[in-house]
Amino acid sequence: MNNAFKKTTLASLASACVLSSGLASAQEDPVKLGLMLPYSGTYTALGEAITNGLTLAIEQNGGRLGGREVEYVRLDSEADPSKAPQNMSRLVRGDDVDVVIGPVHSGVAMGMLRVAKQTGAITIIPNAGLGAATNQLCMPNVFRTSFSMWQNSYPMGKVAYGRGHRDVVAITWDYAGGKEDVAGFEEAFTEMGGNLVETIYVPFPSTEFQSYLTQIASLEPDAVYTFFAGGGGVSFVRDYAAAGLMENIPLLGSGFLTEGNIKALDGAGEGVLTTMHYAETLDSDANRAFVSAYQAAHGEAPDTYAVQGYDTGAMLVQALDEVSGNTEDQAALIEALAGVELQSPRGPMRFSASHHPIQNVYLREIRDGEHQVLDVAVEQLEVPDDACRM
Amino acid sequence: MDLAFFGVQLLNGLQYGLLLFLIASGLTLIFGIMGIINLAHGAMYMIGAYLVYDLTQRLGNFWLAILIAIPIAILLGLIIERLFLDTLYKRDHLYQVLLTFGLILVLNEAQRIIWGGDVHSVSVPAPFDASLPLTDNLQYSVYRLFVMGVCLALAGVIYWVIRHTRLGIIIRAGAVDRDMVEGLGIDVRTLFTLIFSVGVALTAFAGMIAAPLTSIAPGMGDSILITCFVVVVIGGIGSIKGAFWGAILIGMAETFGSVLIPSLASMVIYLIMAAVLLVKPRGLFA
Repeated sequence: MNNAFKKTTLASLASACVLSSGLASAQEDPVKLGLMLPYSGTYTALGEAITNGLTLAIEQNGGRLGGREVEYVRLDSEADPSKAPQNMSRLVRGDDVDVVIGPVHSGVAMGMLRVAKQTGAITIIPNAGLGAATNQLCMPNVFRTSFSMWQNSYPMGKVAYGRGHRDVVAITWDYAGGKEDVAGFEEAFTEMGGNLVETIYVPFPSTEFQSYLTQIASLEPDAVYTFFAGGGGVSFVRDYAAAGLMENIPLLGSGFLTEGNIKALDGAGEGVLTTMHYAETLDSDANRAFVSAYQAAHGEAPDTYAVQGYDTGAMLVQALDEVSGNTEDQAALIEALAGVELQSPRGPMRFSASHHPIQNVYLREIRDGEHQVLDVAVEQLEVPDDACRM
Repeated sequence: MDLAFFGVQLLNGLQYGLLLFLIASGLTLIFGIMGIINLAHGAMYMIGAYLVYDLTQRLGNFWLAILIAIPIAILLGLIIERLFLDTLYKRDHLYQVLLTFGLILVLNEAQRIIWGGDVHSVSVPAPFDASLPLTDNLQYSVYRLFVMGVCLALAGVIYWVIRHTRLGIIIRAGAVDRDMVEGLGIDVRTLFTLIFSVGVALTAFAGMIAAPLTSIAPGMGDSILITCFVVVVIGGIGSIKGAFWGAILIGMAETFGSVLIPSLASMVIYLIMAAVLLVKPRGLFA
């Protein structure tokens, strides 16, 4: 941990103690954080990484928020959209939590946000990237500490054009996430004068790519832009390399194509370019301090999800200090959250009017089995969120 | 599409179809002869892939891993048939469907407990870890050619067993009239155990040889199951020949459908199934 960080933490701790000492006894109760994250099923690892990051940030603040103890109420979201409204209601109405943190899955987010709208519960989304969450559905009580599909793909449109690619083929799954992602790329790329020759939609969740790769070879584009994630990402990149396309047609993607998949790619991902709001190799004091603290606390290297959890925790630390631990005055707490500015492991981060992070998006290349940061693709990128009027 | 790419797509369709055949052959045998709709068939495909991943990690040799994984798969089929299915033959079909559906949940959860939720892969094994140039910018993995060869060889073996052996005669008879076969004094119980174990082993083996071509992830067998049922229904339930031609047809349809009519790509195989059933309600070869 660097000294500056230590000093500010201590200073804020001290001021929090002074301020909170004069408050009424209601404030002596712990701050209740409701974690609605997947602790079983496919997304278990993501839920756990977010929880680890979150608790690390709060532990570094002496385990307190605004001078108060913290109580965590964990609820397994099972990444099941159909159970989302009911689970969210249980946290907000049953457990009476002060802040809800979740979810991972965009489908679950839709259900959660419905309840957030009805109850006004303060909700911080530490992952789910659907654009609507801070755009069409935007609410003053909802924040996001992660990314949107658009934010991670738009910068690649600029990068692709800047690297001299003019005719590009895009390929993704035929579902909402894939379409939002490719739309971001297309917007930036065509804005600059690039030509999106064709967008290929693969039925979700098929990972049988041979016929599409043949089609790509016959179209002979300058580059291919793609969004697949998880097993689909691994299959696509490996098939792309095995078909010999990597040598002639560079493969570009938004970060989740290869995030968490490098080992499974088995060397096939070398040279793939992706854009994303974080890379484990980022060369900054904040990131180095975070990586070693996380390693010490949890015995493994952090990933993007851990950073998103960590920043959620850091955001709460800062905002609750600002309001001296008073969670009764919701409007003041929301204002404090909206004003949070972080020196995050991912770089400087603050919030837009729609409560979405304004953050750097990095251009990364896989070299020797690591995401090496080549450049900042777009500095302090703000998501337009045109439909959001608060 | 010029001629060269048309040729490559034919190859893609053939390779996909042959792999489908290997998975569907076990399904159609179990379905046709035992009358059991084995919903857990896709999960067995997944287990095959995970087994070979795990053993390759431990032993460092893909071929050795397959040699050890095959008996494990046969044993798994044997245990499931003797322990669970055996008690349900006298009951209604619904019980068997419920059992095999339950098996999906159990096998998927077992996979998560043993291997976790991460995506894994298996390296393409030597000596097939090379590529052949097809066009000036496209190559084809030699391992894919090898998989095609294995599928064709297995298809030949299965065809020979069914056509030219005593066991084959019993299997063919069983597919037509099970009660009569039993009436003729043939030990149907042993036959069922054999068919189920072989059926499970065939699909698990498909998962094993497909492992280096795909990503090994939770639920990877679920989507392939539906496609295989389509193959079985098109080919005619219980017919190995039908499964073969059905699989080739579906492989070609998915390959060309996805390129020529992308908006209907996810529907093409069902449209074909509907068309076949209109003309031949029992499937092409039943």
